[in-house]
Amino acid sequence: MSLRDKFDRIAPLFEKGGKYEKFYAVYEMVDTFIYTPKTVTSVAPHARDHADLKRVMTYVVLATIPAILFGMYNTGLQTNSALAAMGITEPAGWRAFILSLLGIGFNPDSIFANMAHGALYFLPIYIVTLGVGGIFEVLFAIVRGHEVNEGFFVSSMLYTLILPASTPLWQVGLGIAFGVVIGKEVFGGTGKNFLNPALVGRAFLYFAYPAAMSGDAVWTPVDGFSGATALGVAASDGMQGLAANGITWMSSFVGTIQGSFGETSTIAIALGGVFLVTTGIANYRLILGCLAGMIGFSLLLNLIGSETNPMFAMPWYWHLVTGGFMFGLVFMVTEPVTAAMTNPGRYIYAALIGVMCILIRVINPAFPEGMMLAILFGNIFSPLIDYFVVKANITRRMKRHA
Amino acid sequence: MEGLLSLAVKAIFIENLALSFFLGMCTFLAVSKKVETALGLGISVVVVQALTVPINNVLYTTLLNDNALAWAGLEGTDLRFLGLISYIGVIAAVVQILEMFLDRYVPALYNALGIFLPLITVNCAIMGGSLFMVERDYNLGEASVYGVSSGIGWALAITAMAGVREKLKYSDVPDGLQGLGITFITAGLMAMGFMAFSGVKL
Repeated sequence: MSLRDKFDRIAPLFEKGGKYEKFYAVYEMVDTFIYTPKTVTSVAPHARDHADLKRVMTYVVLATIPAILFGMYNTGLQTNSALAAMGITEPAGWRAFILSLLGIGFNPDSIFANMAHGALYFLPIYIVTLGVGGIFEVLFAIVRGHEVNEGFFVSSMLYTLILPASTPLWQVGLGIAFGVVIGKEVFGGTGKNFLNPALVGRAFLYFAYPAAMSGDAVWTPVDGFSGATALGVAASDGMQGLAANGITWMSSFVGTIQGSFGETSTIAIALGGVFLVTTGIANYRLILGCLAGMIGFSLLLNLIGSETNPMFAMPWYWHLVTGGFMFGLVFMVTEPVTAAMTNPGRYIYAALIGVMCILIRVINPAFPEGMMLAILFGNIFSPLIDYFVVKANITRRMKRHA
Repeated sequence: MEGLLSLAVKAIFIENLALSFFLGMCTFLAVSKKVETALGLGISVVVVQALTVPINNVLYTTLLNDNALAWAGLEGTDLRFLGLISYIGVIAAVVQILEMFLDRYVPALYNALGIFLPLITVNCAIMGGSLFMVERDYNLGEASVYGVSSGIGWALAITAMAGVREKLKYSDVPDGLQGLGITFITAGLMAMGFMAFSGVKL
């Protein structure tokens, strides 16, 4: 008996009038996750794009894979290097116990050891995110009678990738709960929110527990080790400071620097970005606009210059590879729900984010990184941008036909 | 000049009356359903703010402040206790004039704003602007700039809010949260976005 038959046999239990009617959302989720849904469109329009919601979401998750793999490797690399630098051969904790038991060890030169160590940091955070976020997602689906959809997989993956490796698991749970419930479900679920749920969760943690979310000690999960992110170094010591800390442009581009799980490697994220643009999931206008805003504004700041603030001198190609700019650009600026919907609006919206990101990085001393807040800020103004673009179109046409 | 510019940026973004001080919430929540009305209300707040803050500043420096009546030969007077009531009086008068003006020249906006225009009289953002002006010892130039830019900040916030709420028309908010509930949550989330500016030193 195939799995399909099993599903069909238990289906009546979950359908209307069945014993577990209430849990239909859960059944539906598992079924449609494995098989293509049988339901077809019953109302016009019948001609639909082949890239439906499910495929869009799955593609985004696929696009994050390079960033995930590199994130695991880099977390392991940073941790193992820190251990080696501090001369610790027998670290404490359950991760070290597992690694010693399997004989993998903590050699920072071994790719496999780094991957394994990184995975032991990544997986618990991801599992907690899926578990806690999933509970709220399913709860809302059951009570409100909508479907659990793949949007949550995307949010949970992005959320995990923008956390520092040392985030305590209870904070991880709290953050995703806030992101899912307040960022998305109170507005009615996927596609109805106005802010990116993963970023809402992350920003909530950032403001609620700043000590665990920023500073120099959170990026590498080794007690007593402190390693600043590239942006942190640049903000305090300028471009010379980066070189003195051994951070080259190439290392930032490849991603062997301090930072959140998935944000460090520009090249891995760019791979995902190319995939998203070719498959038509990510709108290229958003990417172009954001790059233009970022490059234009950082050139302007280079031109203005400042004697007291070394960040003014940071060139745009450094802004591109440091911090969360690339990650935000590929996975969050391009998110269709919270971005502007009109084509001219997309350029304006994305450019606003690019400019804001540089503005926060350079001019605001309170935050070394600006991509997260810049995107949230852009999200707030995207409906308004659309409104004025539509309004301008209407006026133009009225004039043409007057 | 540079000082005035940074004061303006500060009043619009960093110390946004609506989203970092949460002033003027009643109108902020009630009149933010449509971008058009919100824009109209925002503009009238800018106008009222641009008029009342400098007027109150003149009032404060020439009549109310400690020893301010020295020019009239009255040494050692201190009428600051009359501050609140005088500012309210000025605001009420300015709003009244603005209302009559709109009624005569922009009836569409007058009708759209309806009851909310008189409500500007008791809008805490307007009152807050005047009180901040006194508290921070602005001179007339600073007070004018502060009045205009704090009004622009408030207008920007309410227009963005209206944009978001127009978009939220297509959302599916749980019954208990519909209307004001979701608007409060939205305002809170927007304030989180505006945190981007907190800490900027100009």
